[in-house]
Amino acid sequence: MTRSAADVTRGRPVAVRCRSVTKTYGSGQSAVRALRGIDIDVHTGELLMLVGPSGCGKTTLISVIAGVLDRDGGECTVLGEDFNKMRSDAKTAFRGRNVGFVFQAFNLIPTLTIAENVSVPLLINGHKRNAAVEQAKSMLSQVGLGTRVNDYPNRLSGGQQQRVAIARALVHKPKLLVCDEPTSALDHVTGQKVMELLRDVASSNDLSLVVVTHDQRIFEFADRIAEMDDGHIEQISGGLGHKVAEHPSESALT
Amino acid sequence: MMRLAVKMLMGDRLKYLGLLLGTAFAAMMIAQQGSIFAGLSAQTGTFIREIGDVDLWVMDPQVRFSEDAIALPETAAQRIRGVEGVEWAAPLYKGFLRCQLPDGTRTSLILVGLDDSTLVGGPTVMTNGTLLDLRRDPGILIDERDTNSKLALKHAGNRPIQVGDRLSIHDNDAQIVGTYRGSPSFFWDPVVYTTYSRALRFAPKDRNLMSFVLVKCKSPADIPAVKHRIESSTPYIARTGPEFEAVTREYILKSTGILINFGLAVGLGFIIGLIVTGQTFFNFTLDNLRYFAALKAMGVSAATLVRMVLVQVLSVTWIGFGLGMGVAALMGIYITRTDLAFLMRWEVVAFTGIAMLVVGVTAALVSLTKVLRLEPGIVFKG
Repeated sequence: MTRSAADVTRGRPVAVRCRSVTKTYGSGQSAVRALRGIDIDVHTGELLMLVGPSGCGKTTLISVIAGVLDRDGGECTVLGEDFNKMRSDAKTAFRGRNVGFVFQAFNLIPTLTIAENVSVPLLINGHKRNAAVEQAKSMLSQVGLGTRVNDYPNRLSGGQQQRVAIARALVHKPKLLVCDEPTSALDHVTGQKVMELLRDVASSNDLSLVVVTHDQRIFEFADRIAEMDDGHIEQISGGLGHKVAEHPSESALT
Repeated sequence: MMRLAVKMLMGDRLKYLGLLLGTAFAAMMIAQQGSIFAGLSAQTGTFIREIGDVDLWVMDPQVRFSEDAIALPETAAQRIRGVEGVEWAAPLYKGFLRCQLPDGTRTSLILVGLDDSTLVGGPTVMTNGTLLDLRRDPGILIDERDTNSKLALKHAGNRPIQVGDRLSIHDNDAQIVGTYRGSPSFFWDPVVYTTYSRALRFAPKDRNLMSFVLVKCKSPADIPAVKHRIESSTPYIARTGPEFEAVTREYILKSTGILINFGLAVGLGFIIGLIVTGQTFFNFTLDNLRYFAALKAMGVSAATLVRMVLVQVLSVTWIGFGLGMGVAALMGIYITRTDLAFLMRWEVVAFTGIAMLVVGVTAALVSLTKVLRLEPGIVFKG
């Protein structure tokens, strides 16, 4: 049984709302239009995948949604806030409270234990060090690394490191999780496990997940898949590969 | 976050060690050279300080430093004694003379002639004999540190010279009647004490031979007034001990170029520290740029990033400063057992600390230019 994109998102509040979002790098003849009018919504509890060829604008879109890159035009609200209307320090603080990040290269600080790495978002949000580390250890237990809390990242496998990164992204209970190629450095089995973990987390915490990926083997975990090309969203399909429309209508967006 | 920042740095053992060595070397170089300079600078006033309990030194106005005695007429001491407020005024001879040791070794020495009746200005710590032994003709006192070094009998198997030995000072017979404990001086020649009249006998004949007149005032409060009276009623000038020391130090520092030499050495230490610390820390920052970007993306504010970088670089600079000062102090302990100059004054410690602070802050600023311009979006670029 297949689901339409509208079925997937029906009744869920919108966490991210993008309309006619544009972004251009450079200027003049060397200008590159990375986003050419993106319309998309991400709902609470939804796992949205952004897929498409290299250079299609996936990374730029996820950067705009995460508030680490300013758009040039259009509208984009995240949890009701417009990053372009916020001051830099307010934007940074907002990210610290509400956004979790899972990076392609994990970006775990190699000289800190994994518990210390996971405690970083809590420290950023003003938690005391000891309490933050204890909470980080608890989070690591939830991702199956409770016995490795004092290890350094280089002692862990790629899959374990990505689980640490996920623990770090979730420890402060963000409302939006952005993941950049979370399985590209992992083998198939490990990638599946990581995605299962993310899927579970999203559904049990009413978390909105935006995942950028090239990895077709993990498409099955998506609630919706947005295919991008040349700065456009070509189509949005429901999970399990259901095609919704060649050109996304308003209903498909939501 | 600050604790994690320090751990981030200390975990990179190679760079941390490089930073420690760089900052420690710079601190050691600055402190050690600074202390030697301070020691040499202080040693320029050794002779003046060792003369002791004197309120004023009266001298020719053209005297530029303590070894530059321009002879005063024999009447000078008498004239000074007549100035109101003067308790006593004693003549002092000081001159460089040739001498021949008992084994035939030729050398030169600084002969100091003390007022025959009072022996004022003589050494305060005697190690063999007493100051009064100078009354035995042709007695001289030598510094015990010179007995087995500057005045050792090189042609007699380096035998230390000793009390009772006779030597020839400018072809005049002299006999060692005692030894004293002197302080190392900027001037290398051994300092030998005798009486004023005997010094005149030893010295080459000249019309005037009195180098200085030493003055004690009736009351310390009178010193400025007495100084003024001497300068207004005689053709001489009067300087307090500290004033004379300052003039001597200034002349020597300017005329010998040691200020430039030590300045260059200290500057070199500073530049090495700056380059090593700046370069190593910048490399550390570059290596960790993606982590800084990730932290920025995750919500670390620019102010916190600045604090993290400052804490990282200043913590290593502070430890390096401590290590460098420790090594410099150990070297100082060894050096002060010799005649070499070394004086680690608080000013040297403070100057070194400030220099290391500048090194640290500069290194941090160089790295911060990278960190603060960092776009958090680069974390998504692989």
